[in-house]
Amino acid sequence: MKGIKDKVAIVGMGCTHFGELWDKSVEDLIVDAAYEAFEDAGIEAKDIQAAWLGTVQSGLTAISLSAPLKLQYLPVTRVENMCCTGTEAVRAAAYAVAAGVYDVVLALGVEKLKDTGWMGVQSANIVGETSLGIAGGKPEFSAPEMFARLAVKYFERYGIDFDQGKKLLAKIVKKSHHNGAMNPKAHYQREITEEQVLKAPIVAYPLGILDCCGVSDGAAAAILTRADMAKKFRTDPIYIKALSVSTGAHQELREDYDYTHLEENVRSAEMAYKEAGIKDPRKELNIAEVHDCFSIHEMLLYEDLGWSPRGKAKEDIEAGTFTHEGDLPVNTDGGLKCFGHPLGASGLRMLYEVYKQLQEKAGPRQVKNPHLGLTHNLGGIVPGACIGACSIVGN
Amino acid sequence: MVGIKSIGLHVPVYRLSRDTLANAWQTRSLGGERAVAGHDEDSLTMAVNASHHCVSMGNGNASIQGVFFTSTSSPYKEKQVAATVAATLDLTANTYTADITGSLRGATIAMNLAMGLAKGGLAENVIITASDCRLGMPQSDNEQRFGDAAAAVMMGNSNLIAEVTASYSIYDEFIDHWRFDNDVFVKSWEERFTISEGYMRVVKRSVTEFLANESLRPSDFAKVILCGPDPRSQVGLAKALGFDPKAQLQDPLFAGIGHAGTAEPLIMLAAALEKAKAGDRILFTAYGDGSDLFVFEVTKDIKRIHEGLGLERQLARRQAINYEKYLSWRNLLPIGLPRRPDPEMRSVASRWRERKRILALYGGKCRNCGTVQYPPQRVCVGCGKKDDFDEYTFIGRKARIFTFATDRLSPTKAPPAMNVFVEFERGGRMIAELTDCAPEKLEIGMPVEMTFRKMHQSDEMYDYFWKARPIVKGKNDEIRRRT
Repeated sequence: MKGIKDKVAIVGMGCTHFGELWDKSVEDLIVDAAYEAFEDAGIEAKDIQAAWLGTVQSGLTAISLSAPLKLQYLPVTRVENMCCTGTEAVRAAAYAVAAGVYDVVLALGVEKLKDTGWMGVQSANIVGETSLGIAGGKPEFSAPEMFARLAVKYFERYGIDFDQGKKLLAKIVKKSHHNGAMNPKAHYQREITEEQVLKAPIVAYPLGILDCCGVSDGAAAAILTRADMAKKFRTDPIYIKALSVSTGAHQELREDYDYTHLEENVRSAEMAYKEAGIKDPRKELNIAEVHDCFSIHEMLLYEDLGWSPRGKAKEDIEAGTFTHEGDLPVNTDGGLKCFGHPLGASGLRMLYEVYKQLQEKAGPRQVKNPHLGLTHNLGGIVPGACIGACSIVGN
Repeated sequence: MVGIKSIGLHVPVYRLSRDTLANAWQTRSLGGERAVAGHDEDSLTMAVNASHHCVSMGNGNASIQGVFFTSTSSPYKEKQVAATVAATLDLTANTYTADITGSLRGATIAMNLAMGLAKGGLAENVIITASDCRLGMPQSDNEQRFGDAAAAVMMGNSNLIAEVTASYSIYDEFIDHWRFDNDVFVKSWEERFTISEGYMRVVKRSVTEFLANESLRPSDFAKVILCGPDPRSQVGLAKALGFDPKAQLQDPLFAGIGHAGTAEPLIMLAAALEKAKAGDRILFTAYGDGSDLFVFEVTKDIKRIHEGLGLERQLARRQAINYEKYLSWRNLLPIGLPRRPDPEMRSVASRWRERKRILALYGGKCRNCGTVQYPPQRVCVGCGKKDDFDEYTFIGRKARIFTFATDRLSPTKAPPAMNVFVEFERGGRMIAELTDCAPEKLEIGMPVEMTFRKMHQSDEMYDYFWKARPIVKGKNDEIRRRT
């Protein structure tokens, strides 16, 4: 296995404002994200040779991408892998470039969630069933409920009582909002106190409403090319070091599963570190965008991604390791917490932040002199039917 | 020799105080409280749970050859419920099944049929399950009187706890309670007439004739069960027949459950048997469109049910609810649920394909590595071996909560929804909805048992499945750790 390291570069990116975009359609979001990326790369739509659309529920086929952008008769494909969909679009595009099939391609993720009129996002029947004709005989639950089960077990296992646990999670939320307040593209751009998090109404015990990420509309896009061509487009291209996906298979039914971690997170990170040649991720990574759909998941990720020892995330949270000023700043753009989670767009939105940071174009959020950054997504039914995905990029 | 082999009950945990109803409508309270089926219960689910309770006190399901379901409130007008009950018990295809509907005397009608089958050698070990969830018109006395519950008995020829030594039956065309095809609520005629000319006249006549035929006197009985519309008329009838109400008359449990429709006779019989001694003689009557009578002689095997029946435990396990909850649970009061996606389309075909997993709660146990797993897999989650499983049912197995969460986003008529991930004794893990539990009682390690419930109802079908619920503490409730 040779891997993807240093074969493909990102030479342009675009990202819409995320939020409750009542006056924007899916097509508007696609056009806005794509044209920002085209402009950033210094190209036009006609320069694109192939494209990948990542969306979970905002378009059934690739025509959802080709039609608004008028990508006449190009090879365009829609990909879907739950919350990892955006990263999957990048992965497909990068592999096609690395294979030498195309030189300039587009990967775009989009999701419009707010036209549904629902609270939260739809829970999907993922394993073995279509949504048109299910057998029933299964419990139903929301996304916060699935992650709340992890929190209850994690707290019990490590002897963290409810109040203590809530305070730790509140620190994560406060940190993300602090970062999001510096980001004009974020859905939520204001600071939140720990007190506000603790007092927020419970959605799924022990998670309150402020432990949950927002539900938003948004899109993000990337232009990829061969590494050896990258400098023709710009002086500061960003190079792909690793792309990984790890898909679970009923881990929760195994009697050794502890319910305090998600193996898909662990495996996707291990794959990515290996491909990128990273030995000590906590030291070598300078910035990370992780899948903080719920505060507890960000806490677990500090351990799953190999940064905090098992059961010790608490110490790093208290030490401020992952704050903007810490050793490894996490979710410097505000994360899913402040951006919301338009499923197909999130992976590319994370990549957009790391790309801008590595180019030192992150404005007030700029991290000092970063060279290596990671994005991470986790989707599916938690635990046991998940998909973990990482990308690592460097300058 | 034919009689009762075991008996089981299902009393919902929810109670509505009759004072609450009286306060709501500024009417008189009949006192005490009535049992209310949970938002996820109906006559079918309660019948299944009572049947499983009955089987757990018998000799397992291996020898059951018939299932009768009786109710006046079946969730189906067309479609047999007994077949569903049989499927949850994983009975063989040659089990005889029938629904007996329409009459409050359904349970004893079924018992007579079961005795006929047993005597004729056509079916041994027949389960009769009676379950009702009747609706009285809001503000009416019926609303206060009726209670929701189910019971089940197994009849057969051996290992009896009570032998039927005599029986008698009359029909009587009399309209006291009725419900037309499209009615939601039970209609009743004026009760001065229905009690005196219905219940009192019919049961008095049949008991008098029966005792004369059998040369028995009231003093020959340890207990008399005179199922009827209310406690007061039962006392009056007992006196009129020459029984001592204090010493002999079985309490109808009106104060704690209410009149449980077709289940009422079996619940009273269970209450009587729970206190009975070997050698006791019980006169058992049921009323509705006539009357059925049985004489039971209690055998020394009665000791078997004294430990497990748990009527008092079931009555003690109670959660008070308000009137609004009752009305919304019975679909009498529309409520605004959280705005969430419409439920996914249920398919009769895919449900049929998974019927063993859904109804009899089958998973698999890998023959190669021994891993117990649910839902059933083709390829083992433990060792990866393909198609090498023994079927493994989780029914009747106890479990402990491994982790849990509440859910205020998922729509439910009993918020918050609760889910638990459980570990079963002797292996196997499962995510399940939790029911019959106050959220503040949830804790890791809590013992739970599986109970049959309605998950969801679409225009197309009912989605019945198993949920977890806290175990009522009692004897024999220790959970064996996986070895």
